[in-house]
Amino acid sequence: MKEEIFISGRNLPHIDPHLELWHWPISLYLFLGGLAAGILFFAALVVLFRKEDKYIGAVKYATIIAPIAIGVGLLALLYDLSHVWYAWRLYVTIRLESPMSWGAWTLMLVMPVSMLWTLSYFKEYFPKWNWDFGFLSYFDWIIDFVIYHRRVLAWILVPSTILLGIYTGILLSAFNARPLWNNSILGPLFLTSGLSTGAATIILMSKSHAERRMFSMIDLVLIGIELFLIIHMLMGMLAGSQVQHEASLLLLGGEFTVSFWVFVIILGLAFPAILEIFELVGFKVPAIIPALLVLLGGIMFRFIMVEAGQLTRYLY
Amino acid sequence: MRYAMAIDTKKCVGCSDCVVACQTENNVPEGFCRDWVTESVSGTYPQVEIELRSERCNHCEDAPCVRCCPTGASQIVDGGIVIVEHDECIGCGACIESCPYDARYVHPEGYVDKCTFCLHRVTEGLQPACVSVCPTKCMYFGDIDDPNSEISNMLKTRKQKTLAPEAGTNPHIFYLI
Ligand code: SF4
Ligand code: SF4
Repeated sequence: MKEEIFISGRNLPHIDPHLELWHWPISLYLFLGGLAAGILFFAALVVLFRKEDKYIGAVKYATIIAPIAIGVGLLALLYDLSHVWYAWRLYVTIRLESPMSWGAWTLMLVMPVSMLWTLSYFKEYFPKWNWDFGFLSYFDWIIDFVIYHRRVLAWILVPSTILLGIYTGILLSAFNARPLWNNSILGPLFLTSGLSTGAATIILMSKSHAERRMFSMIDLVLIGIELFLIIHMLMGMLAGSQVQHEASLLLLGGEFTVSFWVFVIILGLAFPAILEIFELVGFKVPAIIPALLVLLGGIMFRFIMVEAGQLTRYLY
Repeated sequence: MRYAMAIDTKKCVGCSDCVVACQTENNVPEGFCRDWVTESVSGTYPQVEIELRSERCNHCEDAPCVRCCPTGASQIVDGGIVIVEHDECIGCGACIESCPYDARYVHPEGYVDKCTFCLHRVTEGLQPACVSVCPTKCMYFGDIDDPNSEISNMLKTRKQKTLAPEAGTNPHIFYLI
């Protein structure tokens, strides 16, 4: 038996008795980053495959959410910085070793591209607008320019959204001090989860039955991959070193078991998958229900991983 | 040159003088500390063993805090001392999350702060405050690249350990056991 106590009365805020420095802003930031990545990834693919007419919800409507999500995510990150007046420092250096650094840069790249993307549909959002009116005509050529170069935007978005999606996982997995996070599955896992929440948003924003059906199928595949990756992650940790083993027990019997299994596995993955299968074989299921469940699962997953990971550490 | 510290767990009595000396020397705000004393009890009564350790930043060779810092505020300076440049720190907390020893904290002014090995004293040829006040003289600070330094001799002759070497940080606080 081993017991350790501080006898010099150490009680650092947010660090003792156990680390709880990162809270909902970081979870939200990771969720919204993944969501935006998912939406934009699919929109870009649709354009590259020249299927814009068929999947209007994906390219035109869901993408409005992307810059908003990134903006809110960045605000959440800023809110979490304790030395916020120095935040500009983030954008005067690039440190490839630090996921926080290249991730923030990726966001800075995706954000304007996603804004240009929505700008390219601006005229279609407001078809009755008189574009010859006054100063608006100055914007006209910009809009025409981005419409003309939409495929270029799509080519930029495909790799950068994958990077963004994977970053939301790598930000956590790069911390070897927190055994629950420190596994290489977390990057692909958060990427898959981000793509899945993106597909769910497209389902929510789409009015066409064929489009919803297509994205339900995509979502189903993504949920399958996600479950596979989660099982893999837990197996890896159970077979890992003592600290990893103990970390996995937080989700397998410990403090976060109920929330993880109820909100992430059952409500966020298994249940929407079953509903989507029902829908695909012909039962009438309102598409909004599985989509909302996937979003709920996605956000809960970020919350649980951020909170639980900070409880795990090396013991000495 | 590579600074390091060796701390004799057999001599430490857990008086926490090192903690107070550091707080005074470095103007550490109330309620915070850059070093602390851990009592580690192992075994079952009556076969118990107590180890007392004065702990602080390990000034790791492969410091994850430096690696994770997005701005370069956390950096390694001459002698292997890991410091935080306050004016470059944005307070993202990545370094706190990345330190296996929980050796850092958020200063009330917003930046992240931690042990500096008393860099300002060391450059003047003085010992760090904690080392200089220890009543049992259980701490040895110096250059381990110099084979004749006091600390090098201690490390040559005494059994030692570092904390959580499996975290892969290559820590430079050695505990003599
Ligand atoms: S002990 Fe922590 S803060 Fe100090 S160098 Fe190592 S990782 Fe960084
Ligand atoms: S809190 Fe400051 S020192 Fe720590 S990683 Fe962020 S910017 Fe670097």
